[in-house]
Amino acid sequence: MALSLGFHIIFSCIGMVMPFFMAVAHFYWLRTGQDVYKNVTKAWSQGVAIFFATGAVSGTVLSFELGLLWPGFMKHAGPIFGMPFSLEGTAFFIEAIALGFFLYGWDRFNKWFHWFTGVVVGVSGLASGILVVAANAWMNSPSGFDYVNGQYLNIDPIEAMFNDAWFTQALHMTIAAFVATGFAVAGVHAFMILKGQNVLFHTKSFTIAAFFGCAAAILQPLSGDLSAKDVAIRQPAKLAAMEAHFKTEKSASLIVGGIPDVKNKKVDYAIKLPGFLSFLAHGDFKSEVTGLDKIPAKNHPPVMITHFAFQMMVGSGMAMMLIAIIYFFSLWKQKRWLSSNWILKLFAIATPLGFIAVEAGWTVTEVGRQPWIIYNIMRTADAVTPMPGISYSFYLFSAIYISLAIIVIFMLYRQIKMVGKLYDKP
Amino acid sequence: MLYIVITFLWTSILLYLLMGGADYGAGIIELFTSRKNKEVTRKTLYSAIGPIWEANHMWLIIAIVILFVGFPVIYSTMSVNLHIPLTIMLLGIIARGTAFTFRHYDAVVDDMQHIYNTIFAISSFITPLFLGIIAGSAVSGRIDPQADTFLSAYIFSWLHWFAVTVGLFTVSICGFLASVYLIGEADNEHDRLRFAHKAQFFNIAAVICGMLVFTAAYFEKIPLLDWVFGNWVGRIAIVSATSTLIYMWYLLYQGKIRLLRPLAGFQVTMILLTTTYEHFPNIVILKDGGYLSLLEHSGQEKTIQALGLALLIGSVFILPALFYLIYSFQKKPFSYRESH
Repeated sequence: MALSLGFHIIFSCIGMVMPFFMAVAHFYWLRTGQDVYKNVTKAWSQGVAIFFATGAVSGTVLSFELGLLWPGFMKHAGPIFGMPFSLEGTAFFIEAIALGFFLYGWDRFNKWFHWFTGVVVGVSGLASGILVVAANAWMNSPSGFDYVNGQYLNIDPIEAMFNDAWFTQALHMTIAAFVATGFAVAGVHAFMILKGQNVLFHTKSFTIAAFFGCAAAILQPLSGDLSAKDVAIRQPAKLAAMEAHFKTEKSASLIVGGIPDVKNKKVDYAIKLPGFLSFLAHGDFKSEVTGLDKIPAKNHPPVMITHFAFQMMVGSGMAMMLIAIIYFFSLWKQKRWLSSNWILKLFAIATPLGFIAVEAGWTVTEVGRQPWIIYNIMRTADAVTPMPGISYSFYLFSAIYISLAIIVIFMLYRQIKMVGKLYDKP
Repeated sequence: MLYIVITFLWTSILLYLLMGGADYGAGIIELFTSRKNKEVTRKTLYSAIGPIWEANHMWLIIAIVILFVGFPVIYSTMSVNLHIPLTIMLLGIIARGTAFTFRHYDAVVDDMQHIYNTIFAISSFITPLFLGIIAGSAVSGRIDPQADTFLSAYIFSWLHWFAVTVGLFTVSICGFLASVYLIGEADNEHDRLRFAHKAQFFNIAAVICGMLVFTAAYFEKIPLLDWVFGNWVGRIAIVSATSTLIYMWYLLYQGKIRLLRPLAGFQVTMILLTTTYEHFPNIVILKDGGYLSLLEHSGQEKTIQALGLALLIGSVFILPALFYLIYSFQKKPFSYRESH
């Protein structure tokens, strides 16, 4: 399940954000009439089609998988947090319709109507992403019902959808999708420019993607800060695990890197910034931050994984922010840097960083919630299907997703390889 | 509001059967087409379903979301006891969806095409087969939540003749829908005739499979005859489906093709109506004679309210857009054909 979500998150991020890049390129084409923009739009729309189909398929599978693997969870949670799912179904449907118009509508409709359908693909994709994250946020911050003696009473699905965590989580995820996709796309095009193939085509593509990715990368730490403050209040155990913060204390220090030693409750080889954790969590250098000692051991999330994942997310986020700052600085002051090799190399190296951060962040929020599937309400172990041999199903679905990922990469490789032949007319 | 939700559920299952079914059927036809005609079939098929094929499959998602939001007990019982056929169906959906997209978006055309085609055709057969098996086992009275052995809980809940014949029946209906649909899309008289023959073939197959379903029901003591003929709705539906079928063949031999699609759609609607009417609101019949009922096992009232509202709002956006999509791509502008 985690694995299928892990793959789905990549497919859907790209499927969510690429249409916007596409719409920008399309807009330039309609405005300037330069063929290169049309080619960029077409090439990207092929990519979108591949990702949408894979994302749609993996999404369909997930909606079944929820029941196949977690019937105990869905029996109770379905009616409560189903609202975002039913709206998501709508958004997804609209996206599919709009994509049909867009992909098959070249030269058939008014060109601005055609452009508009492309924008609708992006907007509805974004909406469905936000709705799904809202459902996940409910698992972190369950609301909209009363839990009395194991019964779920007075269900209010609207309140459940607008739970306390939905906004910070959705914001963080949306920006993350832009960062990750922007950097991944920019990186691939940067690599192609470095190889000296179809330079004009790749330069235009690179500029659009890099601009989006960098703008989002600079915004992301701000939203990350909001999330941290939110988690500190709602899920102290998660924050403590993220930071490997074992002992409750005032002026808690921020731990950078290091290897948590769970047995002896300390962190080895770490850089400590005194007071900074208190500041990040509560906006005050002196405030008290709850540590794992205040939380019963049976409710501890796995500290090691959560801590590492968190470090990885922040680390790659910071790296991308730096690149973004360099990029904007050169855009502003040093235009000649933009065409120089080192900045392209920087982007090419950063290709996977965004998705590493997305996956790490996903790990933080999911593993950090353990042992709960619904925070403080239902344990993960109580939700799994009673069918024996279920591990085979897990393996099967994992194998499928791995092969899907391999095929998609293979397809994209072939797309990129063909750019020269398809779009470089003398 | 509960009835609105149930109407949506039924409608999305129907639309999935019609549109998704025609879509699967297209792949099934490919499987039953001789090698030399395959390429033409494939082209007609792609221009016919390409733009709307993603939308066709959304109906399944809508139906499943309605089930798990509004009727969680039914959803979780089915997903536990029918775990295996559901998984196989999902594999089919994955294989088919990806193969279909890839064969049209793979920039390089080489031997991979052959692999995509094979996967597409085979999974187009498997998926509706298991959809039918799932539908058949839901009402067969073989699902036993109290079962204590692996075989009786997870295998015999769906592996019996009744479910399998329902599966085959579903496959032939899909093939029938698709070939009737493609008659209208064919470019020339020769292809049109070919699809008409296909329609005939699947029509006969559907009749044979239908008889097998009744036979299996008889031997496995499933009162299917009573469900279908035990009430007026069922009898009227069967009579009107049969008579329109005869009328349809008459039209086809007259060369009038405009009414064919609505008639085929009507017949399938009637089939779904008869098979669901008698045991409404029960959609899962358990081994101990118990039922899972849409009326009694629904979620709490507020959930149903919100779900109904979401569906109503959604359909305001979806339906007009969908109709416009289908409408736009049905007529083929002359210039478009020229350029291809």
